[in-house]
Amino acid sequence: MEVSAEAKRIMVVALGKLYSSRSQRGGLRLHRSLLLTLVMKSARDMYHAAQATAESVAPGCEEQQQQHQQEEHPAAQTTPEPTGAHVEFQGPPSLATGEPRTSPRQEVGGSPMGGTCAAENKENQCPTGPAQHSRKRRGKAAVEPDFLPCKKAKLEQGNCSQQLIVNPVLVDYVNCSSGLGSPPTPMPLLRAIAAC
Amino acid sequence: MTRKPAWAHCSRGRTHTHACTHTRKDSSSSSSSSSSRRTAFSTLTSSTSPALAAWAEPGWGERARFGPFPSGRARWRVTLPRLQMGEDAESPKINHTFLRDYVTEADVISTVEFNQTGDLLATGDKGGRVVIFQRETESKGESEEAGETGDSGEYNVYSTFQSHEPDFDYLKSLEIEEKINKIKWLPQQNAAHFLLSTNDKTIKLWKVSERDKRPEGYNLKDEEGRLKDISTITSLQVPVLKPTDLMVEVRPRRVFANGHTYHVNSISVNSDGETYLSADDLRINMWHLGITDRSFNIVDIKPANMEDLTEVITAAEFHPHHCHLFVYSSSKGTLRLCDMRASALCDKHTKLFEEPEDPGSRSFFSEIISSVSDVKFSHSGRYLLTRDYLTAKVWDLNMDKGPVETYQVHEYLRSKLCSLYENDCIFDKFECVWNSSDSVIMTGAYNSFFRMFDRETGRGVTLEAWRESSKPRAVLRTRRVYTGGKRRRGDVGVDSLDFTKKILHMAWHPSENIIAIAATNNLYIFQDRVNPETQTQ
Repeated sequence: MEVSAEAKRIMVVALGKLYSSRSQRGGLRLHRSLLLTLVMKSARDMYHAAQATAESVAPGCEEQQQQHQQEEHPAAQTTPEPTGAHVEFQGPPSLATGEPRTSPRQEVGGSPMGGTCAAENKENQCPTGPAQHSRKRRGKAAVEPDFLPCKKAKLEQGNCSQQLIVNPVLVDYVNCSSGLGSPPTPMPLLRAIAAC
Repeated sequence: MTRKPAWAHCSRGRTHTHACTHTRKDSSSSSSSSSSRRTAFSTLTSSTSPALAAWAEPGWGERARFGPFPSGRARWRVTLPRLQMGEDAESPKINHTFLRDYVTEADVISTVEFNQTGDLLATGDKGGRVVIFQRETESKGESEEAGETGDSGEYNVYSTFQSHEPDFDYLKSLEIEEKINKIKWLPQQNAAHFLLSTNDKTIKLWKVSERDKRPEGYNLKDEEGRLKDISTITSLQVPVLKPTDLMVEVRPRRVFANGHTYHVNSISVNSDGETYLSADDLRINMWHLGITDRSFNIVDIKPANMEDLTEVITAAEFHPHHCHLFVYSSSKGTLRLCDMRASALCDKHTKLFEEPEDPGSRSFFSEIISSVSDVKFSHSGRYLLTRDYLTAKVWDLNMDKGPVETYQVHEYLRSKLCSLYENDCIFDKFECVWNSSDSVIMTGAYNSFFRMFDRETGRGVTLEAWRESSKPRAVLRTRRVYTGGKRRRGDVGVDSLDFTKKILHMAWHPSENIIAIAATNNLYIFQDRVNPETQTQ
């Protein structure tokens, strides 16, 4: 998958830069580390979206792209991918998740459908993406390039799918914006990195 | 429409032209996301402007001359071809040896600043040194060339001193770099000059004074300097001041230390002449020039939990006339205008300037390229100039919905963001400057290119600060990056741009059309020979 490979590469490069910045003269540059973390986050979200789409069959989501009023996600849709998207709704920046979905649309012809419908909904209704930016993002000091075993990441995804398996995109979104829905377990950047 | 060059020049002896058109119309035809809110600028065609047509000379191909200055054309000319930092920095002689390609890291210029009169130009480098250049006042009749008008004073080295030394923070086990991040001159109040220089942590106030006389005539010591026996001295001799060789003394007068936890990125002297601000990633402090052990914290955006950090302060500046107003930019691309009369801690902005994001242009790197690297008030105080990675924007203080003008600096890099990210270029922080009448803005780019934009017409021109094209008195020719369409001779392809040659720091003379461009370890000073004085607004 082109997109996920690109996202993975970006994440790896970001990690490398973060790691080498620790040994740089002058100490950790906060601005640079912040930007790298943001890039890593976007890439991670993109990567998850791409990974999940690769596993799922998503014919119905094309309809959703047109009619975002549709309430029920077809059961066949419920794969980690849309749930991954929903997780990203309530936690990390919605715009960041919207963004990686638009880029596959540009880059890859057969884009991950679920991702793009989520993106379109978000972009139509939530222009204040940056305001929701990363409640769950790890602090600069805490970002360590440890590579945890993969099984932790899979556990996270499993949890997510259990929580949000049938929630339609729209309802989740409403929950997110009204603050009613309980946020899912935050996916720390640390573990997300391990998912690479 | 035919392309109209903006800053075309002719160089004597050359047979090809370099018409450069980076009009905003051209940029918007590409997949650029940001669009200007201004209405379309008028296009100058030879039919509507007979004066332009008259400039085109036969044999030079499609070319016309145009300058942003209403009275005529601008020709940027090198006043001093190159001043190389390093071992030759002391000598005012022009170094013509271009053999040494290796650049010592410590010689890289990190900031450039004119003083309020423009007679002095200070540069700081990564090695913690400050070099001050002074404009030579010319004697009558000298350097008056046929057809040339105005001053052609050259800048020569006036003083060099070591401002900051490498330091070590023992508590955090961190080295503190001695690189000079910013230099700001104080308004002159007496014969001496004062400037503030800062590295990552400490700001210092330096006094630059001249001494060209010394007292002579003491009769208390003999020729060898030994004190004479008092009984042998029979007369009282009053020393007389005799002229001597000019000596420039630089002394540290204040050291403002321990004010910042994070890295200082800006300093700005207030119009009241008594205070100044210093900004780091998360806080802005206000200091009194006379008090070093205390400072006021006026902005603090550090979240209670660092994990919630979403943006940092990237630049800050006081308003040029109102001593209670200042602006700071963030890594998210927003500007905040703060009024110190509102409250002691200006966390709550008075005005927030933000351009709504265009969702169609999102990419992995949207956050990085929207981070504002520099913000400057116009001389009038009405406008703000900001620079992010791909664009330069002019904002009106009265309108916070978005910029009033957007200039594409190097839009052709948008498709290359991934490789620029890998080679770290995407983190480069470009500065931007106004000219003295606020009609032209200038900013740097790669490949030793820098760009000027005329605000009235929206036209941009690309110029190059490179030794090969900068012989003494040579006229700069415009350059162009080939992005499609008809390729002209001299165009540079995007893939052949040298990203190690970046123009990050620059300064514009406060009243004349003289610019100082820092290109790695070289300082270029260019002057507009046709319009050396800017029309005042």
